[in-house]
Amino acid sequence: MNASEKQELLQTAMRVREHIIRLATDGGCFIGASLSCADLIVYLYRRILNIAPDRVDDPDRDYFLLSKGHDVPAVYGTFAELGYIDGARLGNHLRTNDSIYWHPNRNIPGVEFHSGSLGHLLSVGIGVALDIKLRKAANRVFVMLGDGELNEGSIWEGCLVAGAHKLDNLVVVVDRNGFQANMRTEELIPLEPLEEKFASFGWAVRRIDGHSFDAMDEVFSDLPLEKRRPSMIIADTVRGKGLPSIEARADRWFVNFTAEEVDMLLDELHGIGNAALTSDTLHVR
Amino acid sequence: MHTMTYEELLREMTTENERVVIMTAENRAAIRNLPPHVGDRLIDVGISEMTMVGASAGLALRGRIPIVHALATFLTLRAFEFIRTDVGIPGLPVKLIGAVPGFLSDGNGPTHQAVEDIALMRGIPPMQVFAPADNDDMLEALPRIVASPFPAYVRFNALPAVTAHAPFAIGKAETLTDGNDVAILTYGFLLREALAAETLLNAEGLACRVINLRSLKPIDEETIAAAVRDCSLVVTLEDHFLTGGLTTILAELMMQQQLTADVLPIALKHRWFTPATLDRVLEHEGFTGSAIAVRILRALEGDRDKKPMLNHTSSLFKTYL
Repeated sequence: MNASEKQELLQTAMRVREHIIRLATDGGCFIGASLSCADLIVYLYRRILNIAPDRVDDPDRDYFLLSKGHDVPAVYGTFAELGYIDGARLGNHLRTNDSIYWHPNRNIPGVEFHSGSLGHLLSVGIGVALDIKLRKAANRVFVMLGDGELNEGSIWEGCLVAGAHKLDNLVVVVDRNGFQANMRTEELIPLEPLEEKFASFGWAVRRIDGHSFDAMDEVFSDLPLEKRRPSMIIADTVRGKGLPSIEARADRWFVNFTAEEVDMLLDELHGIGNAALTSDTLHVR
Repeated sequence: MHTMTYEELLREMTTENERVVIMTAENRAAIRNLPPHVGDRLIDVGISEMTMVGASAGLALRGRIPIVHALATFLTLRAFEFIRTDVGIPGLPVKLIGAVPGFLSDGNGPTHQAVEDIALMRGIPPMQVFAPADNDDMLEALPRIVASPFPAYVRFNALPAVTAHAPFAIGKAETLTDGNDVAILTYGFLLREALAAETLLNAEGLACRVINLRSLKPIDEETIAAAVRDCSLVVTLEDHFLTGGLTTILAELMMQQQLTADVLPIALKHRWFTPATLDRVLEHEGFTGSAIAVRILRALEGDRDKKPMLNHTSSLFKTYL
């Protein structure tokens, strides 16, 4: 990745964050976690995934499965920037004339599978990866999990099964933003040491800074991490990344901002002032 | 009679159709000999029903038709949300085969009693539901179920056939005996007991219409509605909770078609059954042919208008009433 490529990624990620912020009003969205995984999703679609808007049904494509479905604003923002959907469609958020709501669904071109209920898409990804193995094909399956999602038993069941079946075409990325819905993961159901946990299930594990494109390049450009093992990339991220006024805050999980707040946050994203947020801090969904 | 076994049919379907893959959560009793013949097209995920069903959806996304063989109770209960969410919402052609359903879990106890599986599976919008009467009925149905584009749940039943069967069609019932006195609607292996009851009741001068509802969803509304119209008493016979199964299906149909009838539900009324060997379970729970016949006679006896129909001097009547 040269300097101009990196610059392009930074600019795309910035525009994706603008989309996410604009979706956080008139009904709102899960902004904190969308912002934490935005850099990873932009990077994967831009640099790693063998897929393109005109090849969303190509049987040889790489699969990206968003298991933590509430982060879909990051995917839709990326889709708008890369031409999977017309960006104007994001204006249909939470309107009944379109399918753009709080969780992903297959009415949106490029979405491989719906999610929303946590702990599902690792197993769906295992099925896709098993078929690819049966066909001796070369595509890869990327599954993004949330760290809070790791509370789900089905994740650990899937980790055992993927390890047993030596699915080295399966790559899991954990958006390790440190929070589950209402509090820090380590205050509720501690997850650490996470690398050791996954390694003991037979996975090849790396841990990176989930906001550093250089760090991503290092691990994602040479997959699988190990032959005959599924790959696990734990990406340390910041909830609400890019907006200091909500970064790493437990009470900005789901938000429904006013139009004025959105304007202030867009300024804040570009380093202009700090948003004076007045809307309710914690919506429980 | 089919000379084939379930295992041999799976082997044949897997060999002939490259879309078919077999999955299991280490429930190998009925598919023990498959591995050398189907190789890596048998995917055993170990005792992981959630992962199995989620992965079946992933395989179906790629064009496969997964035949998912597992114990009915853990398949439909442990993995329920995965079935509903990953298979049901997209309507993927995953074929769930639930082994030892209903009374067939005999001595296992309530943990293993799938007696709400029909209710759960029929509640998932695109899901088709089948309950073959015996091994022949199941082998007759499976190729058509696998060819259907919809997700399906099948109550596994490899018990030997007690009757010859008509060709299977999705959404069609099979009427085994004709009569207008009593209609016995049933599914699964209890057809055997329904036919035994029919023989006993026939000797009492009662003509019974025994209907094998091998396809529970879609259901054969026409055949059921005709039975409701024609027969003096309609019996639903099922090894399932009273709620959500055949009795509920009948009630819904009668309400929709504005039909009324005297109905005798023979089902598990809000309790699990007493575990024992199958024969003892049937005896204890009152699901043997003779117990069913007596329950029907009692129901008719309770209805004054129908009393003349009964032969009050018969041995069956005297023994049990």
